[in-house]
Amino acid sequence: MSLQVELEQHRNVLVVRLRGELDHHTADIVRFKMEDAILRGRCDHVVLSLKELQFMDSSGLGVILGRYKLIKSRGGKMVVCDVQASVKRLFELSGLFKILSLYETERSALASLEVVS
Amino acid sequence: MSERNFMKLSFASRSENESFARVTVAAFVSQLDPTLEQLNDIKTVVSEAVTNAIIHGYENEPDGVVTLEAEIEGDTVSITVSDEGRGIEDIELARQPLFTSRPELERSGMGFTIIENFMDELEVTSEPSRGTRLRMKKRIESKKALYN
Repeated sequence: MSLQVELEQHRNVLVVRLRGELDHHTADIVRFKMEDAILRGRCDHVVLSLKELQFMDSSGLGVILGRYKLIKSRGGKMVVCDVQASVKRLFELSGLFKILSLYETERSALASLEVVS
Repeated sequence: MSERNFMKLSFASRSENESFARVTVAAFVSQLDPTLEQLNDIKTVVSEAVTNAIIHGYENEPDGVVTLEAEIEGDTVSITVSDEGRGIEDIELARQPLFTSRPELERSGMGFTIIENFMDELEVTSEPSRGTRLRMKKRIESKKALYN
């Protein structure tokens, strides 16, 4: 079991789809791929699409928080969508929803950012 | 169901063993017929404890040994994760939400908080340069128990 990271750019928004299990072992690949896309690309905002993220622990919270700080320091916004119940619980427990808005679908998440940019 | 059942295994302190450890315990606990949510709680806490042993106990050195034990007694599962690494100097401080000794590694500092929330009991014992042992307990009110 591992993790796949799918990146897709919609104008100035980077959509990051995570599939599989996000833990300490797989956190590095998320960090590198997102960092690379954010620093190289022309994206201001990020949509984290987590429909197929089956498992996440506190290492996942760490890597998401790290990318949030990067995006925020560049004046952008990061939002989350399509979160499974177990992952949602972890976000709630850690207070991450206080800084990341949650949307039902990728489409509504993207729409919220079109208004911002 | 009052018989006792247990398992014990040791593995290298390599990050690829984090998923191995949580899947193994989940498979063992399945005999209590837990809900998906309970099973996910168990997988998460095993992942947290094993990751702590690897990152903090052995500072990411792959040649340490992590020992994982699980025991079922009645409807309660006890899980023990231990290492022979560097130990925790101040356990109270380590258990504080958002505290991390390794901010440069992008740790969230939520590991112990998650374990405390997902399990009924957590006991931490540690001795500097001797190692750390986490003992956790959770009662599984299984579907089976409801019918009996």
